[in-house]
Amino acid sequence: MQLTGRWLREIFSELLIEHAKSDDRICYIEADLMLASGTGGFKEQFPDRTINVGVAEANMISVAAGVSTLGMIPFTHSFTPFATRRCCDQITLSVSYAKNNVKMIGSDPGITAMLNGGTHMSMEDVAIMRNIPGMCIVEPIDGVQLVSLFPQILNHDGPVYIRLLRREAKSVYSEGESFTLGKSSVIHSGKDVTIIASGIMVSEAIQARELLMQEGIDAGIIDCHTIKPFDNETLIKEASISGAVVTAENHSIINGLGSAVAECLSENLPLPMRRVGVKDHFGEVGMQDFLAEKFGLTAKDIVNACKQVVGLKGEKQC
Amino acid sequence: MNNLKFLEEKAMEIRQLTIESIGKLGIGHVGGSLSICDLLALLYFDVMKIDPLLPNNEDRDRFILSKGHGGPAVYSALALKGYFDKSLLDTLNRPNTKLPSHCDRNLTIGIDMTTGSLGQGFSCAVGVAIGARMMKKDFWTYVCIGDGESQEGQIWEAAMLAGSQKLDKLIAFTDYNKLQIDGNIEQINGLYPLDEKWESFGWHVQVVDGHNIKALKYAITLAQNISGRPSMIIMDTIKGKGARFAENKISSHNMPVTEEMWKEAVKEIEELKVRLCN
Repeated sequence: MQLTGRWLREIFSELLIEHAKSDDRICYIEADLMLASGTGGFKEQFPDRTINVGVAEANMISVAAGVSTLGMIPFTHSFTPFATRRCCDQITLSVSYAKNNVKMIGSDPGITAMLNGGTHMSMEDVAIMRNIPGMCIVEPIDGVQLVSLFPQILNHDGPVYIRLLRREAKSVYSEGESFTLGKSSVIHSGKDVTIIASGIMVSEAIQARELLMQEGIDAGIIDCHTIKPFDNETLIKEASISGAVVTAENHSIINGLGSAVAECLSENLPLPMRRVGVKDHFGEVGMQDFLAEKFGLTAKDIVNACKQVVGLKGEKQC
Repeated sequence: MNNLKFLEEKAMEIRQLTIESIGKLGIGHVGGSLSICDLLALLYFDVMKIDPLLPNNEDRDRFILSKGHGGPAVYSALALKGYFDKSLLDTLNRPNTKLPSHCDRNLTIGIDMTTGSLGQGFSCAVGVAIGARMMKKDFWTYVCIGDGESQEGQIWEAAMLAGSQKLDKLIAFTDYNKLQIDGNIEQINGLYPLDEKWESFGWHVQVVDGHNIKALKYAITLAQNISGRPSMIIMDTIKGKGARFAENKISSHNMPVTEEMWKEAVKEIEELKVRLCN
């Protein structure tokens, strides 16, 4: 399977088909976005295991919960806002409270919704899902990571929210690298500051590290592909080395990755930290570069935040 | 069909146990529990292929009470059927109970779906019927919804899907007792004409007296012989049926029950049982 230079939705669709060939528990439930999710191939190969409920996301989630009570493993899909806030109660009760094993894909996270604009641009999907007990939240950043995490997502005994970029992802990892669900991936250790990022912000963090290096600042990078359950251990270990932390997420800074990190550090290792992310705003129409500039989701924003926390080290914190 | 008298007696026993368990606690969803007791007697003691000794048998028929607040009546039916000891009914809604107000598949043996947020259980039932078809299973999925619950948009999303998918192993019941928490259904957000609504969604529809077990049985038999369409059996019912303090009272949705009230109601049911036996 080719893992670079392709849209992630193609890789996801192929993974679903490959696993479904040998695992007849897998089925796919869609809410009229099969064209957008690129899962037409699954329907062609497994018409009896595909249901399109039409434009009815709440129904999709509860139907999937019902299917899962029989031991099937349904994957559902919609764009992130409709996959989460539209059916928050159904996910909470039909799925998580009832302990039903449903894998929910939300595509086009944050600013990657681009020209679909504010209505389709969820800055709060992680926040919603993070507050639901028992929910696992995963944001694979490229094809290599998706391939490694997919079987673990499939075999995770409980609901999983997969925050999935549909389009081509900047390649971060080399073929064959493996990842563990629930365990953050340390791309670099840093002596001066640790950047912990998720999704598209990981490649921004890599750029930021290079820029900081030119100024003599050694920044580490953690790729937090599993936002919940949050890997406290890796963060504490890296933060103990650097003494300062910056979070970077394509999401609101409220109750997303930044909040998870703040919760961990304030209880275990209080130190200077800053959150790079959307500052309590709705999204809007625009291409990704424009939106990244507008909402402060660039390498430059990470660099500025890193300099701030490095400057605060040793000072008394309020 | 099992002996009609036997089933009518079971319905009375379910009513009696339900009133007792809610009464001993002092408060509960009396109205919507008592209105479905005849259906539960028929399903659990005649229609459904189930075995309390094999509660997780994957080929068993399923029953989902989408109007999850009627849980106390289902618990009474399950206890009578032998899923657990009747003494457990006295733990209804007590601390650390296995019998919560609203049905919970992870707490109570014999409960097929966690319900309580109205509309969702019905979608789940449609999902169960879809899953059964995917897995080439032959069991029936039965689901009961409330009339107030039918104001939820999700009911109609699921109804549309079930009709479109031609789920003919799905049989649904509406507990049409005409009352909801804040008053009369038609005065709040009317369902009339409910049968035509379901028909227009691609369902086979029957309207029967929900307290007439014989009529209900005929309706279920007919529904089982309809191909290419899911079936809706609209049950004309009386909220709080069988307890005079609750019958047809708007306040019976979730009401306080004194010892005097429940003991009087139980006494009346026992007298009815004696009359039935004679």
